[in-house]
Amino acid sequence: MARNTESNGYTIIFATAMVLIVGTLLAFLASSLKDKINENKRIEKQQNILYAMGVNENDESSVAFVSKNIVGEEFSKYITKQIVITGTETTEDNNAYLIDLKKEAAAAKNSAYTRRLPLFIGNKEGKEYYIVPVRGKGLWDAIWGYVALNNQLVIQGVYFDHAGETPGLGSNIKERFFMDDFIGEHIMDGDTFKGVAVSKSNVDPKNLRKTDFAVDAISGSTITGDGLATMLKKDLKMYIPYLQTLKQ
Amino acid sequence: MGLLSKKDLKLITDPLADNNPITIQVLGICSALAITAELKASIVMSIAVLFVMGLGNLTISLMRNIIPPKIRIIVQLIVVATLVIIVDLVLKAFAYELSKTLSVFVGLIITNCIIMGRFEAFALANGPIRSFIDGVGNALGYAIILIIVGFFRELLGSGTLLGFKVLGNPIEKTGVYAFGYENNGFMLLAPMALITVGIIIWVQRSRNEALIEDN
Repeated sequence: MARNTESNGYTIIFATAMVLIVGTLLAFLASSLKDKINENKRIEKQQNILYAMGVNENDESSVAFVSKNIVGEEFSKYITKQIVITGTETTEDNNAYLIDLKKEAAAAKNSAYTRRLPLFIGNKEGKEYYIVPVRGKGLWDAIWGYVALNNQLVIQGVYFDHAGETPGLGSNIKERFFMDDFIGEHIMDGDTFKGVAVSKSNVDPKNLRKTDFAVDAISGSTITGDGLATMLKKDLKMYIPYLQTLKQ
Repeated sequence: MGLLSKKDLKLITDPLADNNPITIQVLGICSALAITAELKASIVMSIAVLFVMGLGNLTISLMRNIIPPKIRIIVQLIVVATLVIIVDLVLKAFAYELSKTLSVFVGLIITNCIIMGRFEAFALANGPIRSFIDGVGNALGYAIILIIVGFFRELLGSGTLLGFKVLGNPIEKTGVYAFGYENNGFMLLAPMALITVGIIIWVQRSRNEALIEDN
């Protein structure tokens, strides 16, 4: 049977049928896999938070999280307290790590809304860690991470991740050589908040100066680096009033 | 007689050299520039494209007699996008870590012009098996260039291969760095990818007489 594939009627029928088939297929797949995907995301969050405070299975140069099977256990073992800071009030909330920073940031645009700031307090071998989640913009898409501080507001570890930075360039923010540079960096100059800049003129490749408020940038990823520095400055700053009280 | 007839075998070998999608047809340049700063990214992208090209060509070829010519480009786009999204969703659910590695490539695969180019030029006019072979062949041709470019860019730009410091440590000044060698940071930027591809085209054209155009 010869079909007239040129006719308008056929074209419209074909387009409609295809949209229906593809749409149904994708919607079905997305909703049936949704629970599994969300569970994976939740596990990843726990792994990331633990990673920042140094609970991981790294060898010399790898980035290795604690395994999926034990992450729940490890999380409740090492994270002793999760709090939510709202203005000047702090409340304990064991699901604070599930707070969506993107939604909070969007809601905070309305000045009547007081942003909820989740903070995770960890304890490893007697040392306290205050883990702050951060979120910002890279070159192409969102970047986010977790910064673990001690009570003197010195960085003890970080984890960064991204949705779509350039492979081989900006995507290197989640590599050890970049993340490890942050360890030991100070974010406060006395009582003034400085943050950590990602600098191209730092000339400190071994990162020996820990009080210069800067780490070396990655070649070819200026915008990602700048976005990361801005993210740290903006998001850490919101926690300073609370974190300052720890210093005493 | 092997598994493939001579004509089918040509579908695989042709794109590797004489009719390479990147160096001869100049398709897929955008992703070749964007992701070749590291060898690992090149390899991941190559595997992903191989998968999508093979299956995409097969699907389009099976549908070739019913696709209305007026909207064929849209149909092709939907087929690629659907395939990529299905793979992405399944990986997110069952191999989450792998999906994290691939996430940045998803957009690049959908918009890769090699894929659309082969759908348009081959799959719409040929049977499913030959189309599948053609897809695999072209993806391999794409892969070989990506891997060559990725190799040189990572080696000269970062002094590493697949993340291993093959030239020594630039900060501790060991290996070749002890003799004053420096990494060329410019290799990591997009312009050098273009120049590297250009050099490959130059070498290929000067060695292969069939490609020399007479004026």
